Amino acid sequence: MSDTAITVALVGNPNSGKTALFNALTGSRQKVANYAGVTVERKAGAIKAPDGTPMTVLDLPGTYSLRARSPDEVITRDVVLGRRPEDVPDVLVVVADATNLRLVLRLALEIKAVGLPAVMALNMYDIAERQGLRIDLEGLSKAIGMPVVTTVATRKRGLEQLLTIVQGVLASTAARPSTWHEPDVGDIRAAHREASRILSAHVKPPERPDTLTGKIDSVLLHPVAGLLILLTLLFVMFQAVFSWAAPGMDAIDLGLGALGGWVAGIMPDGLLQSLIVDGLISGVGSVLVFLPQILVLFLFILLLEDFGYMARAAFLMDRIMGGAGLHGRAFIPLLSSFACAIPGVMSARVIDSKRDRLTTIMVAPLMTCSARIPVYTLIIAAFIPRETVWGWVELQGLVMFGLYAAGILSALVVSFVIRKIFWRGAFEPFMMELPAYKMPDPGSVALNLWQRARIFLERAGRIILPLMVVVWALSTFPGPPPGATGAAIDYSFAGMIGRALEPIFAPIGFNWQMVVALVPGMAAREVAVAALGTVYAVADAESAVGTLAGVLSLQWSLATGLAFLAWYVFAPQCVATLGVVKRETNSWMWMWVMVVYMFALAYLAAFVVYRLAVAFGLG
Amino acid sequence: MTEIITLSRARRGQGGRIHAVEAIEANPADALELERRLLEFGLVEGARVQMIHEGPVGRDPVVLDVEGMRIALRRHEVRGLSLALTGTDAAE
Repeated sequence: MSDTAITVALVGNPNSGKTALFNALTGSRQKVANYAGVTVERKAGAIKAPDGTPMTVLDLPGTYSLRARSPDEVITRDVVLGRRPEDVPDVLVVVADATNLRLVLRLALEIKAVGLPAVMALNMYDIAERQGLRIDLEGLSKAIGMPVVTTVATRKRGLEQLLTIVQGVLASTAARPSTWHEPDVGDIRAAHREASRILSAHVKPPERPDTLTGKIDSVLLHPVAGLLILLTLLFVMFQAVFSWAAPGMDAIDLGLGALGGWVAGIMPDGLLQSLIVDGLISGVGSVLVFLPQILVLFLFILLLEDFGYMARAAFLMDRIMGGAGLHGRAFIPLLSSFACAIPGVMSARVIDSKRDRLTTIMVAPLMTCSARIPVYTLIIAAFIPRETVWGWVELQGLVMFGLYAAGILSALVVSFVIRKIFWRGAFEPFMMELPAYKMPDPGSVALNLWQRARIFLERAGRIILPLMVVVWALSTFPGPPPGATGAAIDYSFAGMIGRALEPIFAPIGFNWQMVVALVPGMAAREVAVAALGTVYAVADAESAVGTLAGVLSLQWSLATGLAFLAWYVFAPQCVATLGVVKRETNSWMWMWVMVVYMFALAYLAAFVVYRLAVAFGLG
Repeated sequence: MTEIITLSRARRGQGGRIHAVEAIEANPADALELERRLLEFGLVEGARVQMIHEGPVGRDPVVLDVEGMRIALRRHEVRGLSLALTGTDAAE
């Protein structure tokens, strides 16, 4: 024992300020990773006690009971019971919101049965004092059989005392064998009676109870005003994602372009240069460019979550989303997917229930992400005339709107089908606690934002980069024979694949050039624009959309153009999203389910659109 | 005279003490799980409960004040709970 650090696990109800306490204790010395085999975050930090003893602090997922109901809670239970060899705690710290003790007392009684030395941290004690809540600390400590320390995590108060008492309790109490068993309904009722008895004996109700949360709720949860505020908030968020992120995105684009140009300048022409410039730099760039949007999006999500609004948004949207078989909480991940499906899939972690989370992940890529915009813009510019219909509606804008609507509608239909077919009658309660409103702590928001950014970049590195190289190799090898007249890509594997697949795509009106462009277009949707430029030998197609649009409008029929749009509403042309889906579902199977169903829908939609258009004489 | 109603039929403003807790689900295992979750959120016999918010569509889900905590749930999840109404400081 002497050479290893003391492992301290923080356990508590959701919203007890457990993570704030963890952040206050560990600061930036925390490591966030996934637990092996599951997509539950493991947060650990190495610190030193006031006397210099090394300690490892674990932040376990919040729970109301050791009786685990979700993958997160399984981790909490297993770590507390010492069932995960990588994290066997020596001491348990029960983190309690001092203003909301009833449910955590029941959890503390369960924790006591585990037999490990335990301490209760009465967090947010300043708020309890402000409310005039009187807690008889000594009596409470005797009643629950563990030392009680008061803390204010956001002001770093009581932390040293907490650590000293943790050491003290470890030195003075030996671990007893666990007598914990999964509580049945009788045990839960008995524990509640016990908790009520302890509360009435040792806690005097507040003299000035929190009325602010109630007042805010009467506005934010109002059936009309609440929905209007929610919609306004979303509108602002959406605007911010596009406008605030634009300078950052331009800067990344410019920076990487300059880097590519510089590398191209100092390196001799050839394969290595092409790999670095066309494969690595532009490949990573096509993903990195979304980082600003992801940061803005997560900034909003973290602020709203910490403020306590997310649970309210889920409450307001539950019935509306529920019609399509989605949980109220699915709302934010789906909204995020309008910027990019990657943060959308990542933020589906806010949904506790496994099935609801999976449904949300499966439909998130159907929302119109910003990478589709360049493709839509190109095809609309080429085929939809700049006309006004019904006197005031711009036809091009109308088509764009229709594409967005098609994405939303298909997401709703698909989730409805998943619910009805796969999880018919599955039982998923909505029940959740609405926390008291709190001012978000800037430090912890910044820390969280940094962690999100790092996770995104690590994934860009580990999953996306190799895939980009594969896509590059397919479009580069083998090189054109000497004296070749066509574009180099025609002679590459991508070209061969394109020509081989052409018969499959002929019924939906795609020519072989389009199919060739779809191969590198797997890297990211907007890459297809550049690829079409390459195939039709239009230099720098992304900045010369007008030229390319002109070429396309001559080469393709209107029916083909429309079919291409329909294809892009559905096709999973984004390996980055697929990589993240694999990561977040921890399953290759679900990723392949997504690939298959989305390609099937894309083909079907393009087929119907093409055939209808031809039937109407637009072929 | 205390009136006893099903909690799932309560309206905003109505409140009282939980009279009996039972979970109704087609599958017995689901019913047991639901009952445990309800109990874990403090919806036990004798708990003071008031319905404080109703959702914008179909008055569902609802927010209950359970001994000072705010618990959001769907009405059908509490159709097995009965509520002994106290003085109705109702909004209706």
